[in-house]
Amino acid sequence: MPTAHLRVWRGEDDGDYYEYDVEYGEGMVVLDVVHLLQAHQAPDFAVRWNCKAGKCGSCSAEVNGQPRLMCMTRMNTFIPGETITIAPLKTYPLIRDLVTDVSYNYEIAQTIPELKPRPREADGTHRMGQVDIDRGQEFRKCIECFLCMDVCHVIRDHEENKREFAGPRFFISLANVAMHPLDTNPQSALLDPAFGLSYCNITKCCTEVCPEGIHITDNGIIPMKERSIDRWDPLRKIFGGSR
Amino acid sequence: MAEYESHDYDVVVIGAGGAGLRAAIEASARGARTALVCKSLLGKAHTVMAEGGVAAALGNVYPEDNWQVHFRDTMRGGKFLNNWRMAQIHAQEAPERVLELEEWGALFDRTPDGRILQRDFGGHRYARLAHVGDRTGLEIIRTLQQHAVHRGIDVFMECTITKLTKDGNRVSGAFGYWRESGKFILFKSKAVVLATGGIGKMYSITSNSWEYTGDGQSLAARAGADLIDMECIQFHPTGMVWPLSVRGILVTEGVRGDGGTLRNSTGKRFMFDYIPPMFAKETADTEEEADRWYTDKVNARRTPDLLPRDEVARAIHYEVKNGRGSPHGGVLLDIATRRDEDYIKRRLPSMYHQFKQLADVDITKEPMEVGPTCHYIMGGVRVEADSAQTTVPGLFAAGEAAAGLHGSNRLGGNSLSDLLVFGKRAGEHAAAYAAGLAAQPAVSEEEIDLEAREVLGGFDSQGTENPYTIQRELQDSMQALVGIIRVEEDLQQALVKIAELKERSRNVGVEGNRQYNPGWHLAIDLRSMLMLAEATTKSALERKESRGGHTRDDYPTAVKEWESRNVVSRLQADGSMSVTVESKPEMPPELQQLFEEG
Ligand SMILES: Cc1cc2nc3c(=O)[nH]c(=O)nc-3n(C[C@H](O)[C@H](O)[C@H](O)COP(=O)(O)OP(=O)(O)OC[C@H]3O[C@@H](n4cnc5c(N)ncnc54)[C@H](O)[C@@H]3O)c2cc1C
Ligand code: SF4
Ligand code: SF4
Ligand code: FES
Repeated sequence: MPTAHLRVWRGEDDGDYYEYDVEYGEGMVVLDVVHLLQAHQAPDFAVRWNCKAGKCGSCSAEVNGQPRLMCMTRMNTFIPGETITIAPLKTYPLIRDLVTDVSYNYEIAQTIPELKPRPREADGTHRMGQVDIDRGQEFRKCIECFLCMDVCHVIRDHEENKREFAGPRFFISLANVAMHPLDTNPQSALLDPAFGLSYCNITKCCTEVCPEGIHITDNGIIPMKERSIDRWDPLRKIFGGSR
Repeated sequence: MAEYESHDYDVVVIGAGGAGLRAAIEASARGARTALVCKSLLGKAHTVMAEGGVAAALGNVYPEDNWQVHFRDTMRGGKFLNNWRMAQIHAQEAPERVLELEEWGALFDRTPDGRILQRDFGGHRYARLAHVGDRTGLEIIRTLQQHAVHRGIDVFMECTITKLTKDGNRVSGAFGYWRESGKFILFKSKAVVLATGGIGKMYSITSNSWEYTGDGQSLAARAGADLIDMECIQFHPTGMVWPLSVRGILVTEGVRGDGGTLRNSTGKRFMFDYIPPMFAKETADTEEEADRWYTDKVNARRTPDLLPRDEVARAIHYEVKNGRGSPHGGVLLDIATRRDEDYIKRRLPSMYHQFKQLADVDITKEPMEVGPTCHYIMGGVRVEADSAQTTVPGLFAAGEAAAGLHGSNRLGGNSLSDLLVFGKRAGEHAAAYAAGLAAQPAVSEEEIDLEAREVLGGFDSQGTENPYTIQRELQDSMQALVGIIRVEEDLQQALVKIAELKERSRNVGVEGNRQYNPGWHLAIDLRSMLMLAEATTKSALERKESRGGHTRDDYPTAVKEWESRNVVSRLQADGSMSVTVESKPEMPPELQQLFEEG
């Protein structure tokens, strides 16, 4: 059996990297190796996971500096003998080991306007064409792994921006409601500047790391920016730009 | 005296999967002060992993479909062990529950005329599963979650309940700990809804996550509630088998629903050899007819690839046992030669992804290797059909934690609909029950102190046992001895092993401190796993026949008298589980008639 040489963050903010050698089996992913570490060497090692198949977005971490789902990162993607460094997501306050405090996400989620659907058709159904919902379905693939939030420079090193910036995951939540074919909620079309869309300078780092391949910037952020320019840009008002 | 924070509610819902979220939404809509408590983060429950779809007789693809047909399919799939009233309510109410999700933002795949598209699944006579590609559970949980956060429900996440408190015979609250800090928390509550899901973690090959340690079933049993049908466990026929590290991860039945077929090592489509008499009339007996059925449901009969799960799982088991398995001990699931690449990627994107990334298999070009995996428990907490109330006043249960709807075998897609239908009902009746209580029932300090001490036990004992090792040994024994095919001798041996592990678990040692400590959490969860492993094994010994998910090699056929009997498990004062056989409610003649019409 091959041996993985791990360097993992242990403890709280004042913690440190600890090194472990873990024997592992064929086909394994990083999360398997972390579980082996837990079962045999560090039973109290804190880590989140659920589905082990890239569906729940629980096992996010920074593996050799890259934000990854540990359950979808195969061990055979590393050079044999290479030290594998596993660290918690940096954007969120650390609780312990790989577990971070993600309550920020749930606070923002509460501020996203709610869908207010138009009435049903006479036969009790809602008619929507597949083409009309393709975009919405893309946004709704989000598994809330928050890797996009982890790489976004606006909040990664700037705790203070979190109060004013919803972040890429929530820009597509907003876009989901705003572009929903059934929606009639005037709130959702009115992009409140408090979501901080203007902080985003379209670096596309979020899109690059999204494990679901959601085009966060091209399909979500940019169209939303265009809408908000229509609505908020003072120049438009001066030059009498129409809505 | 234990230190803890304390909260007051009308309704506390334990579990935030589909059932719990739907229950909390309903209770809150009816004016109850509602709390929602879950072990994981909100949105990560098992429901998020569901792939194929939610069953509801909307009749969008086949107008011939209606609740009667759905009811009949469910009863036949469950080999008539189902609670008929639950099956009836479920079939009648599922369509409205699905349409309601659409109002809350869900975007299901569409038919050409803009309605909700439905797909074929095993045991369902017509294409009935509303779906979103192969990520239907994600759509459902996200929709419910987003709806719930705007309803003023208080959510307590990463908070594990370990004990229900009682005032006389009524439930009075729930006690547990925050995973993050390890500190205790008490919910005083007039009503409690259990929506904690299943028990899959007691098997080594499973599609279930760490959360499925049977907490709800054991909380209920410790509160004096009845469990039924604990022997009825579903082994899903198609889990991944290779590489070993992904063994058990689910491959959705949607693969077969969308045209995939099972083959053995000789290339033969072996399911044609395993058509049971009960389903012979409606099952194709040639490959030509089976393939035609995908597009012509009127003149062709359904493919045997889509027989109910228990039949397919057993067939795979026998193929492998008789030496016709795939290289790593499964069989082959082939969609590559049957559907084009675009279609596969569009219909089954997450399967494509999963095999590509985890097994280096391109399912548009090669077959998948699959084999049975422990997936779902049909048994669980006994509930009253209309209200979802358990045998303890004020305690309700819904979703996978509850029993009755699925009988001895669940049809695919019937779980997601179950969550919605009975989640709503549980929330509704819990709120009504709470409204009928004038005062908050009392919680006994003594009871809490005792529980706190027990939960912390692992820290002060000089324990030498590793909780991970005990869990591993339990999983291996259950897999080997109480698995897909059972026999008396093995079951007896399993009981001996469980007793040994119970004894050893008293001596578990916990390292580290109370802050986010998975080793400690597992040490606590072992209690429920061991209790339920015993209930399952004893119930399996008691049911001397084969029915649905329960197959006895020594009693290989279904026995008519057992069709009307539940095996009831109850916790005894000495900590052991007792089992008794009781007869179940009889189906009224007007429903009986549905089966005579054929
Ligand atoms: C891979 C996979 C695919 C599936 N596909 C389908 C499908 O296509 N169609 C279908 O109908 N069914 C499917 N199923 C089955 C279905 O998903 C589950 O049966 C269903 O989601 C269970 O929902 P639930 O609400 O009962 O529980 P869950 O969604 O599992 O939620 C349980 C909740 O209880 C909480 N909890 C547990 N114990 C405690 C405790 N002690 N204290 C506090 N909280 C606790 C958990 O944190 C969680 O929030 C699938 C299952 C799997 C695993
Ligand atoms: S594109 Fe915008 S949201 Fe995405 S990472 Fe860059 S700055 Fe952040
Ligand atoms: S948008 Fe992509 S990266 Fe961001 S949370 Fe969702 S799935 Fe993860
Ligand atoms: S464990 Fe669910 S995404 Fe990794």
